[in-house]
Amino acid sequence: MQSNMSALERATPLIFIVLFVIGLAAPFFIYPTFLMKILCFGLFACAFNLLLGYVGLLSFGHAAFLGTAGYVCGWMVRDLGLTPELGILAGTLAAGALGWIFGTLAIRRTGIYFAMITLALAQMVYFLALQIKATGGEDGLQGVPRGHLFGLIDLSDNIAMYYLVFAVFCIGFFIIYRTIHSPFGQILKAIRENEPRAISLGYDVAKFKLLAFVISASLAGTAGATKTLVFQLASLTDVHWHTSGEVVLMTLLGGLGTVLGPLVGAATIVSLQSELADTVGSWVTVIMGAIFVACVLAFRRGIVGEIMALVRRAGIR
Amino acid sequence: MSEFVLETAGLTKEFKGFVAVSDVNLKVRRGTIHALIGPNGAGKTTVFNLLTKFLTPSAGTIHFEGRDITHEAPALTARRGMVRSFQISATFPNLTALENVRIGLQRRLGKHFHFWRSTKSLAALDDQAMALLESVDLAQFAHTVTAEMPYGRKRALEFATTLALEPSMMLLDEPTQGMGHEDIGRVVEVIRKAAANRTILMVEHNLSVVADLCDRITVLTRGSILAEGDYAEVSKNPKVLEAYVGSEDMSDAHH
Repeated sequence: MQSNMSALERATPLIFIVLFVIGLAAPFFIYPTFLMKILCFGLFACAFNLLLGYVGLLSFGHAAFLGTAGYVCGWMVRDLGLTPELGILAGTLAAGALGWIFGTLAIRRTGIYFAMITLALAQMVYFLALQIKATGGEDGLQGVPRGHLFGLIDLSDNIAMYYLVFAVFCIGFFIIYRTIHSPFGQILKAIRENEPRAISLGYDVAKFKLLAFVISASLAGTAGATKTLVFQLASLTDVHWHTSGEVVLMTLLGGLGTVLGPLVGAATIVSLQSELADTVGSWVTVIMGAIFVACVLAFRRGIVGEIMALVRRAGIR
Repeated sequence: MSEFVLETAGLTKEFKGFVAVSDVNLKVRRGTIHALIGPNGAGKTTVFNLLTKFLTPSAGTIHFEGRDITHEAPALTARRGMVRSFQISATFPNLTALENVRIGLQRRLGKHFHFWRSTKSLAALDDQAMALLESVDLAQFAHTVTAEMPYGRKRALEFATTLALEPSMMLLDEPTQGMGHEDIGRVVEVIRKAAANRTILMVEHNLSVVADLCDRITVLTRGSILAEGDYAEVSKNPKVLEAYVGSEDMSDAHH
Protein backbone atom coordinates (compact mmCIF):
# COMPACT_ATOMS: atom_id res chain seq x y z
CA MET A 1 0.00 0.00 0.00
CA GLN A 2 2.67 2.47 1.04
CA SER A 3 4.90 1.94 -1.95
CA ASN A 4 1.92 2.25 -4.30
CA MET A 5 0.85 5.49 -2.72
CA SER A 6 4.28 6.88 -3.33
CA ALA A 7 4.26 5.42 -6.87
CA LEU A 8 1.16 7.47 -7.56
CA GLU A 9 2.77 10.42 -5.88
CA ARG A 10 5.92 10.02 -7.93
CA ALA A 11 3.84 9.95 -11.11
CA THR A 12 2.00 13.15 -10.15
CA PRO A 13 4.59 15.71 -11.40
CA LEU A 14 4.84 13.77 -14.66
CA ILE A 15 1.06 13.85 -15.11
CA PHE A 16 1.04 17.59 -14.43
CA ILE A 17 3.80 18.21 -16.99
CA VAL A 18 1.99 16.16 -19.66
CA LEU A 19 -1.27 18.02 -18.98
CA PHE A 20 0.55 21.36 -19.06
CA VAL A 21 2.03 20.57 -22.48
CA ILE A 22 -1.38 19.42 -23.73
CA GLY A 23 -2.82 22.68 -22.41
CA LEU A 24 -0.22 24.70 -24.31
CA ALA A 25 -0.79 22.86 -27.59
CA ALA A 26 -4.55 22.37 -27.40
CA PRO A 27 -5.82 25.63 -28.99
CA PHE A 28 -4.15 24.65 -32.27
CA PHE A 29 -6.25 21.49 -32.46
CA ILE A 30 -9.47 22.27 -30.66
CA TYR A 31 -11.76 25.29 -30.85
CA PRO A 32 -10.28 27.74 -28.26
CA THR A 33 -13.59 29.09 -26.95
CA PHE A 34 -14.67 25.56 -26.08
CA LEU A 35 -11.37 24.96 -24.27
CA MET A 36 -11.70 28.23 -22.39
CA LYS A 37 -15.14 27.21 -21.21
CA ILE A 38 -13.72 23.93 -19.93
CA LEU A 39 -10.91 25.72 -18.09
CA CYS A 40 -13.27 28.25 -16.50
CA PHE A 41 -15.65 25.55 -15.28
CA GLY A 42 -12.66 23.39 -14.35
CA LEU A 43 -11.31 26.09 -12.05
CA PHE A 44 -14.81 26.66 -10.68
CA ALA A 45 -15.14 22.94 -9.88
CA CYS A 46 -11.62 22.73 -8.39
CA ALA A 47 -12.45 25.65 -6.09
CA PHE A 48 -15.69 23.94 -5.11
CA ASN A 49 -13.86 20.67 -4.48
CA LEU A 50 -11.52 22.40 -2.04
CA LEU A 51 -14.55 22.88 0.18
CA LEU A 52 -16.50 19.66 -0.39
CA GLY A 53 -13.61 17.28 -0.96
CA TYR A 54 -11.15 18.56 1.62
CA VAL A 55 -13.31 20.14 4.33
CA GLY A 56 -16.47 18.10 3.82
CA LEU A 57 -18.71 21.15 3.45
CA LEU A 58 -21.37 20.95 0.72
CA SER A 59 -22.08 24.48 -0.47
CA PHE A 60 -25.15 24.69 -2.63
CA GLY A 61 -24.64 28.34 -3.45
CA HIS A 62 -21.36 28.50 -5.29
CA ALA A 63 -23.00 30.00 -8.37
CA ALA A 64 -23.34 33.22 -6.37
CA PHE A 65 -19.55 33.61 -6.34
CA LEU A 66 -19.12 32.69 -9.99
CA GLY A 67 -21.90 35.04 -11.05
CA THR A 68 -21.14 37.98 -8.77
CA ALA A 69 -17.51 38.02 -9.86
CA GLY A 70 -18.74 37.94 -13.46
CA TYR A 71 -20.95 40.99 -12.93
CA VAL A 72 -18.28 42.91 -11.03
CA CYS A 73 -15.64 42.17 -13.64
CA GLY A 74 -18.01 42.91 -16.53
CA TRP A 75 -19.15 46.20 -15.03
CA MET A 76 -15.63 47.37 -14.18
CA VAL A 77 -14.21 46.50 -17.57
CA ARG A 78 -17.11 47.73 -19.68
CA ASP A 79 -18.34 50.77 -17.73
CA LEU A 80 -15.23 51.86 -15.84
CA GLY A 81 -12.71 50.91 -18.48
CA LEU A 82 -10.49 48.74 -16.31
CA THR A 83 -7.95 46.46 -17.96
CA PRO A 84 -8.92 42.75 -18.04
CA GLU A 85 -6.39 41.63 -15.40
CA LEU A 86 -7.77 44.23 -12.98
CA GLY A 87 -11.28 43.10 -13.85
CA ILE A 88 -10.41 39.52 -12.91
CA LEU A 89 -8.77 40.72 -9.72
CA ALA A 90 -11.80 42.83 -8.79
CA GLY A 91 -14.13 39.90 -9.48
CA THR A 92 -11.99 37.63 -7.32
CA LEU A 93 -11.95 40.08 -4.42
CA ALA A 94 -15.70 40.68 -4.67
CA ALA A 95 -16.39 36.94 -4.59
CA GLY A 96 -14.01 36.55 -1.66
CA ALA A 97 -15.81 39.27 0.29
CA LEU A 98 -19.17 37.69 -0.50
CA GLY A 99 -17.71 34.34 0.53
CA TRP A 100 -16.69 35.83 3.85
CA ILE A 101 -20.29 36.98 4.45
CA PHE A 102 -21.78 33.62 3.38
CA GLY A 103 -19.20 31.74 5.39
CA THR A 104 -19.68 33.76 8.56
CA LEU A 105 -23.41 33.08 8.42
CA ALA A 106 -23.29 29.42 7.44
CA ILE A 107 -20.09 27.92 8.85
CA ARG A 108 -21.39 26.93 12.25
CA ARG A 109 -23.90 24.60 10.65
CA THR A 110 -23.01 21.35 8.95
CA GLY A 111 -24.53 18.91 6.48
CA ILE A 112 -27.93 19.69 5.04
CA TYR A 113 -28.30 22.88 7.10
CA PHE A 114 -25.09 24.29 5.72
CA ALA A 115 -26.21 23.43 2.17
CA MET A 116 -29.62 25.05 2.72
CA ILE A 117 -28.21 28.27 4.17
CA THR A 118 -25.77 28.67 1.29
CA LEU A 119 -28.59 27.95 -1.18
CA ALA A 120 -30.86 30.54 0.46
CA LEU A 121 -28.14 33.19 0.42
CA ALA A 122 -27.32 32.40 -3.20
CA GLN A 123 -30.99 32.77 -4.13
CA MET A 124 -30.94 36.21 -2.55
CA VAL A 125 -27.99 37.09 -4.76
CA TYR A 126 -29.94 35.75 -7.76
CA PHE A 127 -32.93 37.98 -7.03
CA LEU A 128 -30.69 40.97 -6.50
CA ALA A 129 -29.06 40.29 -9.86
CA LEU A 130 -32.52 40.04 -11.41
CA GLN A 131 -33.82 43.27 -9.86
CA ILE A 132 -31.06 45.84 -9.68
CA LYS A 133 -30.17 47.99 -12.69
CA ALA A 134 -26.41 47.57 -12.66
CA THR A 135 -26.63 43.87 -13.60
CA GLY A 136 -28.94 44.42 -16.55
CA GLY A 137 -31.61 42.07 -15.15
CA GLU A 138 -32.77 39.49 -17.70
CA ASP A 139 -30.43 40.86 -20.36
CA GLY A 140 -27.30 40.61 -18.25
CA LEU A 141 -24.21 42.62 -19.01
CA GLN A 142 -23.66 42.36 -22.72
CA GLY A 143 -20.82 43.52 -24.90
CA VAL A 144 -18.08 43.36 -22.29
CA PRO A 145 -14.87 44.14 -24.18
CA ARG A 146 -11.98 41.73 -23.72
CA GLY A 147 -9.62 44.70 -23.90
CA HIS A 148 -5.86 44.66 -23.81
CA LEU A 149 -3.99 42.65 -21.18
CA PHE A 150 -1.77 45.09 -19.20
CA GLY A 151 -2.87 47.58 -21.85
CA LEU A 152 -0.63 45.78 -24.35
CA ILE A 153 -1.86 42.43 -25.62
CA ASP A 154 -5.07 42.46 -27.63
CA LEU A 155 -7.34 39.77 -26.24
CA SER A 156 -9.89 39.89 -29.03
CA ASP A 157 -7.57 37.35 -30.60
CA ASN A 158 -8.89 33.98 -29.40
CA ILE A 159 -5.45 32.42 -29.08
CA ALA A 160 -4.17 35.28 -26.89
CA MET A 161 -7.32 35.06 -24.80
CA TYR A 162 -6.84 31.32 -24.47
CA TYR A 163 -3.36 31.67 -23.04
CA LEU A 164 -4.60 34.22 -20.51
CA VAL A 165 -7.34 31.80 -19.41
CA PHE A 166 -4.83 28.95 -19.32
CA ALA A 167 -2.47 31.04 -17.16
CA VAL A 168 -5.31 32.03 -14.82
CA PHE A 169 -6.35 28.40 -14.54
CA CYS A 170 -2.80 27.26 -13.77
CA ILE A 171 -2.36 29.91 -11.07
CA GLY A 172 -5.73 29.08 -9.51
CA PHE A 173 -5.03 25.37 -9.71
CA PHE A 174 -1.63 25.86 -8.09
CA ILE A 175 -3.16 27.87 -5.22
CA ILE A 176 -5.67 25.07 -4.59
CA TYR A 177 -3.01 22.37 -4.85
CA ARG A 178 -0.78 24.29 -2.46
CA THR A 179 -3.62 24.90 -0.01
CA ILE A 180 -4.43 21.18 0.08
CA HIS A 181 -0.77 20.30 0.61
CA SER A 182 0.00 22.92 3.23
CA PRO A 183 0.14 23.02 7.02
CA PHE A 184 -3.32 24.61 6.79
CA GLY A 185 -4.49 21.77 4.54
CA GLN A 186 -3.34 19.22 7.12
CA ILE A 187 -5.61 20.82 9.72
CA LEU A 188 -8.47 20.89 7.19
CA LYS A 189 -8.04 17.14 6.68
CA ALA A 190 -7.98 16.64 10.45
CA ILE A 191 -11.24 18.58 10.77
CA ARG A 192 -12.85 16.57 7.97
CA GLU A 193 -11.79 13.28 9.54
CA ASN A 194 -12.65 14.01 13.16
CA GLU A 195 -13.93 17.44 14.06
CA PRO A 196 -14.38 16.95 17.84
CA ARG A 197 -10.82 15.66 18.05
CA ALA A 198 -9.51 18.70 16.16
CA ILE A 199 -11.35 20.92 18.66
CA SER A 200 -9.96 18.97 21.58
CA LEU A 201 -6.47 19.60 20.21
CA GLY A 202 -7.13 23.32 20.52
CA TYR A 203 -8.05 24.28 16.96
CA ASP A 204 -10.85 26.79 16.40
CA VAL A 205 -12.39 24.80 13.58
CA ALA A 206 -14.78 27.58 12.54
CA LYS A 207 -11.84 29.81 11.60
CA PHE A 208 -10.28 27.10 9.46
CA LYS A 209 -13.55 26.39 7.70
CA LEU A 210 -14.11 30.10 7.11
CA LEU A 211 -10.69 30.61 5.56
CA ALA A 212 -11.22 27.57 3.32
CA PHE A 213 -14.62 28.94 2.35
CA VAL A 214 -13.17 32.35 1.45
CA ILE A 215 -10.37 30.79 -0.63
CA SER A 216 -12.92 28.58 -2.42
CA ALA A 217 -15.29 31.49 -3.06
CA SER A 218 -12.48 33.76 -4.29
CA LEU A 219 -11.25 31.22 -6.82
CA ALA A 220 -14.81 30.47 -7.95
CA GLY A 221 -14.93 34.22 -8.53
CA THR A 222 -11.70 34.13 -10.52
CA ALA A 223 -13.33 31.55 -12.76
CA GLY A 224 -16.50 33.63 -13.11
CA ALA A 225 -14.66 36.86 -13.92
CA THR A 226 -12.50 35.11 -16.50
CA LYS A 227 -15.55 33.48 -18.05
CA THR A 228 -17.21 36.88 -18.43
CA LEU A 229 -14.24 38.14 -20.42
CA VAL A 230 -14.22 35.02 -22.60
CA PHE A 231 -17.90 35.24 -23.55
CA GLN A 232 -18.07 39.03 -23.17
CA LEU A 233 -21.20 38.48 -21.17
CA ALA A 234 -22.30 38.23 -17.54
CA SER A 235 -25.75 36.71 -17.26
CA LEU A 236 -28.32 35.37 -14.82
CA THR A 237 -27.40 31.79 -15.77
CA ASP A 238 -24.18 32.16 -13.79
CA VAL A 239 -25.96 33.03 -10.54
CA HIS A 240 -28.76 30.52 -11.04
CA TRP A 241 -28.99 27.52 -8.68
CA HIS A 242 -28.69 25.26 -11.74
CA THR A 243 -25.07 26.31 -11.92
CA SER A 244 -24.59 25.50 -8.22
CA GLY A 245 -25.97 22.03 -8.95
CA GLU A 246 -23.86 21.60 -12.06
CA VAL A 247 -20.64 22.16 -10.15
CA VAL A 248 -21.65 19.45 -7.67
CA LEU A 249 -22.19 17.07 -10.60
CA MET A 250 -18.85 17.99 -12.21
CA THR A 251 -16.99 17.40 -8.96
CA LEU A 252 -18.70 14.09 -8.16
CA LEU A 253 -18.36 12.80 -11.71
CA GLY A 254 -14.68 13.68 -11.91
CA GLY A 255 -13.78 12.50 -8.44
CA LEU A 256 -14.49 14.16 -5.12
CA GLY A 257 -11.41 14.94 -3.10
CA THR A 258 -9.01 14.26 -5.96
CA VAL A 259 -6.84 17.07 -7.29
CA LEU A 260 -7.60 16.55 -10.98
CA GLY A 261 -11.11 15.09 -10.73
CA PRO A 262 -13.05 18.36 -10.92
CA LEU A 263 -11.22 19.37 -14.11
CA VAL A 264 -11.99 16.00 -15.70
CA GLY A 265 -15.60 16.27 -14.54
CA ALA A 266 -15.93 19.80 -15.92
CA ALA A 267 -14.44 18.75 -19.27
CA THR A 268 -16.82 15.80 -19.48
CA ILE A 269 -19.94 17.80 -18.64
CA VAL A 270 -19.07 20.78 -20.86
CA SER A 271 -18.29 18.43 -23.78
CA LEU A 272 -21.51 16.48 -23.30
CA GLN A 273 -23.54 19.65 -23.11
CA SER A 274 -22.11 21.08 -26.29
CA GLU A 275 -22.43 17.75 -28.12
CA LEU A 276 -25.95 17.06 -26.95
CA ALA A 277 -27.34 20.57 -27.24
CA ASP A 278 -27.52 20.22 -31.04
CA THR A 279 -28.90 16.70 -31.11
CA VAL A 280 -31.33 16.22 -28.22
CA GLY A 281 -32.23 19.77 -27.17
CA SER A 282 -33.83 20.07 -23.78
CA TRP A 283 -33.28 16.36 -23.05
CA VAL A 284 -29.81 17.44 -21.89
CA THR A 285 -31.19 18.01 -18.39
CA VAL A 286 -32.59 14.50 -18.25
CA ILE A 287 -29.34 12.98 -19.44
CA MET A 288 -27.37 15.01 -16.88
CA GLY A 289 -29.73 13.76 -14.18
CA ALA A 290 -29.24 10.18 -15.33
CA ILE A 291 -25.45 10.63 -15.23
CA PHE A 292 -25.73 11.99 -11.72
CA VAL A 293 -27.75 8.98 -10.56
CA ALA A 294 -25.39 6.53 -12.28
CA CYS A 295 -22.42 8.29 -10.71
CA VAL A 296 -23.82 8.15 -7.20
CA LEU A 297 -25.00 4.53 -7.52
CA ALA A 298 -22.29 2.86 -9.55
CA PHE A 299 -19.00 4.72 -9.24
CA ARG A 300 -18.97 6.94 -6.24
CA ARG A 301 -15.29 7.71 -6.44
CA GLY A 302 -15.77 9.45 -9.78
CA ILE A 303 -13.64 9.04 -12.90
CA VAL A 304 -10.28 10.02 -11.41
CA GLY A 305 -11.05 8.36 -8.08
CA GLU A 306 -11.84 5.05 -9.82
CA ILE A 307 -8.69 5.23 -11.92
CA MET A 308 -6.58 5.86 -8.83
CA ALA A 309 -8.23 2.94 -7.03
CA LEU A 310 -7.48 0.71 -10.06
CA VAL A 311 -3.83 1.75 -10.11
CA ARG A 312 -3.51 1.04 -6.39
CA ARG A 313 -5.18 -2.34 -6.69
CA ALA A 314 -2.98 -3.27 -9.64
CA GLY A 315 0.04 -2.30 -7.55
CA ILE A 316 -0.92 -4.63 -4.73
CA ARG A 317 -1.01 -7.71 -6.99
CA MET B 1 -0.27 27.83 42.44
CA SER B 2 -3.39 26.46 43.98
CA GLU B 3 -3.41 22.96 45.37
CA PHE B 4 -6.26 22.01 43.07
CA VAL B 5 -5.81 22.18 39.29
CA LEU B 6 -9.47 21.70 38.54
CA GLU B 7 -12.44 22.61 40.69
CA THR B 8 -16.14 22.54 40.00
CA ALA B 9 -18.85 24.05 42.15
CA GLY B 10 -22.47 22.97 41.84
CA LEU B 11 -21.93 21.64 38.35
CA THR B 12 -25.30 20.65 36.90
CA LYS B 13 -26.52 19.59 33.47
CA GLU B 14 -30.14 19.09 32.56
CA PHE B 15 -31.39 17.70 29.26
CA LYS B 16 -35.03 18.66 28.85
CA GLY B 17 -36.00 17.85 32.42
CA PHE B 18 -33.64 14.90 32.79
CA VAL B 19 -30.85 15.75 35.23
CA ALA B 20 -27.72 14.04 33.92
CA VAL B 21 -25.31 15.73 36.30
CA SER B 22 -26.44 17.23 39.58
CA ASP B 23 -24.53 19.55 41.90
CA VAL B 24 -21.12 18.01 41.38
CA ASN B 25 -18.31 19.53 43.44
CA LEU B 26 -15.16 17.94 42.14
CA LYS B 27 -11.64 18.88 43.17
CA VAL B 28 -8.67 17.43 41.39
CA ARG B 29 -5.38 17.78 43.21
CA ARG B 30 -2.29 18.81 41.25
CA GLY B 31 -0.04 15.98 40.16
CA THR B 32 -2.45 13.15 40.99
CA ILE B 33 -4.21 10.53 38.95
CA HIS B 34 -7.86 10.92 39.79
CA ALA B 35 -10.48 8.39 38.71
CA LEU B 36 -14.13 9.00 38.03
CA ILE B 37 -16.04 5.75 38.33
CA GLY B 38 -19.65 4.68 38.54
CA PRO B 39 -22.22 2.39 36.95
CA ASN B 40 -23.35 2.90 33.36
CA GLY B 41 -25.39 6.05 32.91
CA ALA B 42 -23.98 7.69 36.03
CA GLY B 43 -23.03 10.78 34.03
CA LYS B 44 -19.28 10.29 33.84
CA THR B 45 -18.95 11.15 30.17
CA THR B 46 -21.34 14.09 30.60
CA VAL B 47 -19.06 15.44 33.34
CA PHE B 48 -16.13 15.06 30.93
CA ASN B 49 -18.02 16.90 28.21
CA LEU B 50 -18.83 19.69 30.65
CA LEU B 51 -15.26 20.00 31.92
CA THR B 52 -13.86 20.22 28.40
CA LYS B 53 -16.65 22.59 27.28
CA PHE B 54 -18.15 20.24 24.70
CA LEU B 55 -21.37 20.80 26.66
CA THR B 56 -22.50 23.94 28.45
CA PRO B 57 -23.52 23.44 32.08
CA SER B 58 -27.07 24.38 33.15
CA ALA B 59 -25.66 25.66 36.44
CA GLY B 60 -22.41 25.76 38.39
CA THR B 61 -18.87 26.85 37.64
CA ILE B 62 -15.63 25.27 36.49
CA HIS B 63 -12.25 26.64 37.49
CA PHE B 64 -9.07 25.46 35.81
CA GLU B 65 -5.78 26.71 37.26
CA GLY B 66 -7.79 29.21 39.29
CA ARG B 67 -9.43 30.69 36.21
CA ASP B 68 -13.17 30.54 35.58
CA ILE B 69 -13.52 28.65 32.29
CA THR B 70 -17.25 27.93 32.57
CA HIS B 71 -18.12 29.89 29.44
CA GLU B 72 -15.02 29.46 27.33
CA ALA B 73 -14.87 27.78 23.93
CA PRO B 74 -13.66 24.14 23.93
CA ALA B 75 -10.66 24.86 21.72
CA LEU B 76 -9.52 27.61 24.10
CA THR B 77 -9.76 25.29 27.10
CA ALA B 78 -7.58 22.84 25.20
CA ARG B 79 -5.06 25.59 24.52
CA ARG B 80 -4.99 26.41 28.23
CA GLY B 81 -3.62 22.93 28.78
CA MET B 82 -6.58 20.70 29.61
CA VAL B 83 -6.85 18.14 26.83
CA ARG B 84 -9.24 15.23 26.61
CA SER B 85 -9.40 11.89 24.90
CA PHE B 86 -12.59 10.25 23.73
CA GLN B 87 -14.41 7.04 24.54
CA ILE B 88 -14.11 5.88 20.95
CA SER B 89 -10.50 6.22 19.94
CA ALA B 90 -10.18 9.61 18.33
CA THR B 91 -7.63 9.57 15.55
CA PHE B 92 -7.55 10.95 12.02
CA PRO B 93 -8.08 7.67 10.13
CA ASN B 94 -6.76 8.62 6.69
CA LEU B 95 -3.59 10.26 7.95
CA THR B 96 -0.50 8.29 8.92
CA ALA B 97 0.45 7.87 12.56
CA LEU B 98 3.23 10.43 12.12
CA GLU B 99 0.82 12.94 10.58
CA ASN B 100 -1.63 12.37 13.42
CA VAL B 101 0.95 13.34 16.01
CA ARG B 102 2.06 16.27 13.86
CA ILE B 103 -1.47 17.69 13.97
CA GLY B 104 -0.95 17.93 17.73
CA LEU B 105 2.47 19.51 17.38
CA GLN B 106 1.54 21.88 14.59
CA ARG B 107 -0.34 24.41 16.67
CA ARG B 108 2.73 25.44 18.61
CA LEU B 109 4.64 25.91 15.37
CA GLY B 110 2.17 28.69 14.58
CA LYS B 111 1.88 27.77 10.90
CA HIS B 112 -1.57 26.28 10.96
CA PHE B 113 -3.16 29.02 8.86
CA HIS B 114 -0.32 29.02 6.30
CA PHE B 115 -2.07 27.79 3.18
CA TRP B 116 0.67 29.08 0.90
CA ARG B 117 3.42 26.92 2.37
CA SER B 118 4.30 23.37 1.42
CA THR B 119 3.59 20.47 3.75
CA LYS B 120 7.34 19.93 3.61
CA SER B 121 7.69 22.88 5.98
CA LEU B 122 6.28 20.55 8.63
CA ALA B 123 9.26 18.20 8.35
CA ALA B 124 10.85 20.19 11.18
CA LEU B 125 8.35 18.49 13.47
CA ASP B 126 9.15 14.94 12.35
CA ASP B 127 11.86 14.24 14.93
CA GLN B 128 9.64 15.37 17.75
CA ALA B 129 6.74 13.35 16.35
CA MET B 130 8.90 10.24 16.07
CA ALA B 131 10.05 10.65 19.66
CA LEU B 132 6.44 10.81 20.79
CA LEU B 133 5.58 7.71 18.76
CA GLU B 134 8.52 5.89 20.29
CA SER B 135 7.38 6.86 23.77
CA VAL B 136 4.19 4.87 23.21
CA ASP B 137 5.97 2.10 21.30
CA LEU B 138 4.55 3.01 17.88
CA ALA B 139 7.70 3.85 15.93
CA GLN B 140 7.16 0.97 13.50
CA PHE B 141 3.71 2.34 12.59
CA ALA B 142 4.93 5.87 11.79
CA HIS B 143 4.08 5.67 8.09
CA THR B 144 1.04 3.43 8.38
CA VAL B 145 -2.33 4.91 7.60
CA THR B 146 -4.12 4.98 10.95
CA ALA B 147 -7.24 3.17 9.71
CA GLU B 148 -5.07 0.09 9.17
CA MET B 149 -3.67 -0.01 12.71
CA PRO B 150 -4.96 -2.43 15.39
CA TYR B 151 -7.42 -0.93 17.88
CA GLY B 152 -5.14 -0.92 20.90
CA ARG B 153 -2.48 0.88 18.88
CA LYS B 154 -4.94 3.56 17.83
CA ARG B 155 -5.54 4.38 21.47
CA ALA B 156 -1.82 4.66 22.02
CA LEU B 157 -1.63 6.96 19.00
CA GLU B 158 -4.40 9.13 20.37
CA PHE B 159 -2.43 9.31 23.58
CA ALA B 160 0.75 10.36 21.78
CA THR B 161 -1.18 13.05 19.89
CA THR B 162 -2.52 14.39 23.18
CA LEU B 163 0.96 14.35 24.70
CA ALA B 164 2.16 16.42 21.74
CA LEU B 165 0.27 19.36 23.20
CA GLU B 166 2.21 19.00 26.45
CA PRO B 167 -0.99 19.45 28.43
CA SER B 168 -0.78 20.22 32.12
CA MET B 169 -3.90 18.13 32.59
CA MET B 170 -5.24 15.15 30.66
CA LEU B 171 -8.77 13.83 30.75
CA LEU B 172 -8.94 10.22 29.62
CA ASP B 173 -12.31 8.70 28.82
CA GLU B 174 -12.01 4.94 29.36
CA PRO B 175 -8.46 4.55 28.08
CA THR B 176 -8.49 0.74 28.33
CA GLN B 177 -11.95 0.13 26.92
CA GLY B 178 -12.18 -2.77 24.48
CA MET B 179 -8.56 -3.80 24.98
CA GLY B 180 -6.92 -7.16 25.48
CA HIS B 181 -4.85 -7.97 28.55
CA GLU B 182 -1.51 -7.16 26.96
CA ASP B 183 -2.65 -3.80 25.59
CA ILE B 184 -4.05 -2.81 28.98
CA GLY B 185 -0.67 -3.38 30.62
CA ARG B 186 0.97 -1.23 27.98
CA VAL B 187 -1.55 1.59 28.38
CA VAL B 188 -1.22 1.57 32.17
CA GLU B 189 2.54 2.01 31.85
CA VAL B 190 2.11 4.82 29.32
CA ILE B 191 -0.35 6.63 31.62
CA ARG B 192 1.95 6.19 34.59
CA LYS B 193 4.82 7.68 32.62
CA ALA B 194 2.70 10.59 31.38
CA ALA B 195 1.49 11.30 34.92
CA ALA B 196 5.00 12.04 36.10
CA ASN B 197 4.66 15.76 35.41
CA ARG B 198 0.96 16.34 34.99
CA THR B 199 -2.48 15.80 36.46
CA ILE B 200 -4.78 13.13 35.07
CA LEU B 201 -8.50 12.66 35.46
CA MET B 202 -9.80 9.43 34.00
CA VAL B 203 -13.08 7.62 33.57
CA GLU B 204 -12.37 3.92 33.88
CA HIS B 205 -14.46 0.77 34.17
CA ASN B 206 -11.63 -1.63 34.77
CA LEU B 207 -11.33 -1.44 38.55
CA SER B 208 -8.00 -3.23 38.74
CA VAL B 209 -6.57 -0.49 36.53
CA VAL B 210 -8.13 2.09 38.85
CA ALA B 211 -6.72 0.39 41.95
CA ASP B 212 -3.34 0.12 40.33
CA LEU B 213 -3.04 3.66 38.99
CA CYS B 214 -5.23 6.12 40.78
CA ASP B 215 -4.48 8.19 43.88
CA ARG B 216 -8.00 9.31 44.40
CA ILE B 217 -11.40 8.05 43.30
CA THR B 218 -14.72 9.80 42.92
CA VAL B 219 -17.78 7.59 42.60
CA LEU B 220 -20.66 8.99 40.61
CA THR B 221 -24.21 7.60 40.57
CA ARG B 222 -27.21 9.14 38.87
CA GLY B 223 -25.32 12.32 38.23
CA SER B 224 -24.24 12.96 41.83
CA ILE B 225 -21.11 12.24 43.81
CA LEU B 226 -21.72 9.24 46.04
CA ALA B 227 -18.33 8.84 47.63
CA GLU B 228 -14.75 10.00 47.37
CA GLY B 229 -11.46 8.75 48.73
CA ASP B 230 -8.60 6.40 47.91
CA TYR B 231 -9.28 2.89 46.65
CA ALA B 232 -9.27 1.24 50.08
CA GLU B 233 -11.80 3.70 51.45
CA VAL B 234 -14.10 3.69 48.47
CA SER B 235 -14.12 -0.08 47.99
CA LYS B 236 -15.29 -0.57 51.58
CA ASN B 237 -18.01 2.07 51.44
CA PRO B 238 -21.37 0.27 51.79
CA LYS B 239 -23.15 2.84 49.62
CA VAL B 240 -20.67 2.22 46.82
CA LEU B 241 -21.02 -1.53 47.13
CA GLU B 242 -24.77 -1.18 46.93
CA ALA B 243 -24.56 1.00 43.83
CA TYR B 244 -22.38 -1.58 42.14
CA VAL B 245 -24.66 -4.55 42.88
CA GLY B 246 -25.83 -5.98 39.59
CA SER B 247 -23.04 -4.41 37.56
CA GLU B 248 -19.58 -5.05 38.93
CA ASP B 249 -18.63 -6.24 42.37
CA MET B 250 -16.07 -3.82 43.72
CA SER B 251 -14.69 -6.04 46.44
CA ASP B 252 -13.87 -8.78 43.90
CA ALA B 253 -12.59 -6.54 41.19
CA HIS B 254 -9.03 -6.18 42.38
CA HIS B 255 -7.34 -9.56 42.00
